Amino acid sequence: MGMTSPLTLTEKILAKKAGKDEVRAGEIVSAKVDVAMSHENARMVKKSFEKIGVEKVWDPDRIVIIFDHRVPAESERTALGQKELREFVKAQGIKNFYDINVGVCHQVLVEEGFSRPGILLVGTDSHTTTGGALGAFATGIGATEMAAVWATGELWLCVPETLKIVVNGKLPKGVYAKDIVLKVIGTIGADGADYKAMEYSGEAISGLSVASRMVISNLSMEAGAKVAFVVPDKVTEDYVKDRAKGPYEMLASDPDARYASEHTFDVSDLEPQLACPHQVDNVKGISEVAGKKIDQAVIGSCTNGRLEDLREAARVLKGRKVDPGVRLLVVPASWKIFKEALSEGIIETLVDTGAVLVNAGCGPCLGAHQGCLAPGEVAVTSTNRNFQGRMGSAEAFLYLASPATVAASAIEGKIADPRRYLEA
Amino acid sequence: MELIKGRAWIFPDDVNTDVIYPGRYMSITDAEETPKYLFETVYPDFRSKAKPGDIIVAGKYFGCGSSREQAATAIRYFGIACVVAYSFARIFYRNAINLGLPIAVVPGIREHVEEGDEITVDLAQGKLKNLTTGKGLSFEPLPRFILDLINQGGLIPATRKKLGLG
Repeated sequence: MGMTSPLTLTEKILAKKAGKDEVRAGEIVSAKVDVAMSHENARMVKKSFEKIGVEKVWDPDRIVIIFDHRVPAESERTALGQKELREFVKAQGIKNFYDINVGVCHQVLVEEGFSRPGILLVGTDSHTTTGGALGAFATGIGATEMAAVWATGELWLCVPETLKIVVNGKLPKGVYAKDIVLKVIGTIGADGADYKAMEYSGEAISGLSVASRMVISNLSMEAGAKVAFVVPDKVTEDYVKDRAKGPYEMLASDPDARYASEHTFDVSDLEPQLACPHQVDNVKGISEVAGKKIDQAVIGSCTNGRLEDLREAARVLKGRKVDPGVRLLVVPASWKIFKEALSEGIIETLVDTGAVLVNAGCGPCLGAHQGCLAPGEVAVTSTNRNFQGRMGSAEAFLYLASPATVAASAIEGKIADPRRYLEA
Repeated sequence: MELIKGRAWIFPDDVNTDVIYPGRYMSITDAEETPKYLFETVYPDFRSKAKPGDIIVAGKYFGCGSSREQAATAIRYFGIACVVAYSFARIFYRNAINLGLPIAVVPGIREHVEEGDEITVDLAQGKLKNLTTGKGLSFEPLPRFILDLINQGGLIPATRKKLGLG
């Protein structure tokens, strides 16, 4: 063994995938892809793939296609796109195809064991960073570059520098992973991690469930992160060992690896956080924002539509009613989660409060077909983007928050602190 | 690499992909159709005022947000000759390069260019000139690998070449 200098987790994974002993931040490498995921935009990938002119994809077993953005199809155009893709996966022998009845792609990749430590996972969706929660180098790419992956199995990547994020302290009641990551983004800014890897550690992170870690890795994209790792540990391994679809490797950065910078947080006194219109880094504490009147409340999505999120929302809402001036939409991240929530009685609790249940999918988060807002309306939502026009009208206003904060706000008809609903 | 010359359109910081290309048109996959919706929600006049060959000049973090390739596709197929910005969001940056849309990272560029100014951009040499004011400035050219990709017209021609298909 030669002497190698200390490496970050990013450098270790990309070195392996590039077939090199070591790579360094700033280097451009051609890396071998382990998992290549697309949703309905596989149709764009397919078009570019056909322009490349290859007959067969490089490895049908490494390609995953999951319908989630417009399910069930909201228009003839989408229906046609989905039909073409169903025929394509059959013709190409792609077995990892998930139709409209499974869930949001980032959730499904984790649930089905595609996301796993030490692999290179690319997806034609920015929130592919979610897979970093399990230690995968998981990143979003465009459709044309995915076509090159389908054709060759490889992709050029610039090896990113790494930001080390250490989160200490014990999370107070009513404060969650969502509040942690909003605090981080509010601090480092929406481009604070542009083209960089983020690596989360510290006691407040290691104490999180896989579902909560996914919130961190998912939303870190909104700081520009190329990849957002939660350093793999026993929680990771317990989750992946029985479901991993393929080999995995528990890697971590060397102790004296070089980081671009290091940021330390303590969450012991953190209050619920909200990202205010129209930027995800416009983050304020609940004490500053409480009282703002709302028209819509959304609980769900790939950011916060997992069982623990629905359970927490139900805790807040149980036995209460949604304010008559508010539309509460609940969107589980997958049908598996929906079924679990159903058998726990959570769905009944939520519907009894006046919530509208939306099928698992991207739904209102995308502003494409469900839960769009009118001009002047205000929504508080557990999703991941509050950009102008994101959920319908460009003259609507979006506040991002935890499911508990959304639930409390739905009850009061205005942005509200969830902590008072969680006592005893 | 040819010298790019065109009229500047000024954009602010943090122009996100929902602003460039709204999510409701994401099921459109014909590249030629995408420019119809370019900047529709927030800059509805852009399409009637701008012309092919014009140049977009923006602040930091242009193209942040979703990975939708249509954001870069719509700009390219509208005929925008180049996007010059303080910085780009990662996926937009990759999409532009992989589609062969010329881009340049020029911190502070908006302090040197006003809307309607005629400018030239030399990507390989890292030189930008404002013909209206007569002033020039230098910037760090993109890595050779990336310039080559843009020059070849993006990743599709480059991949065809790599696979011996053309």
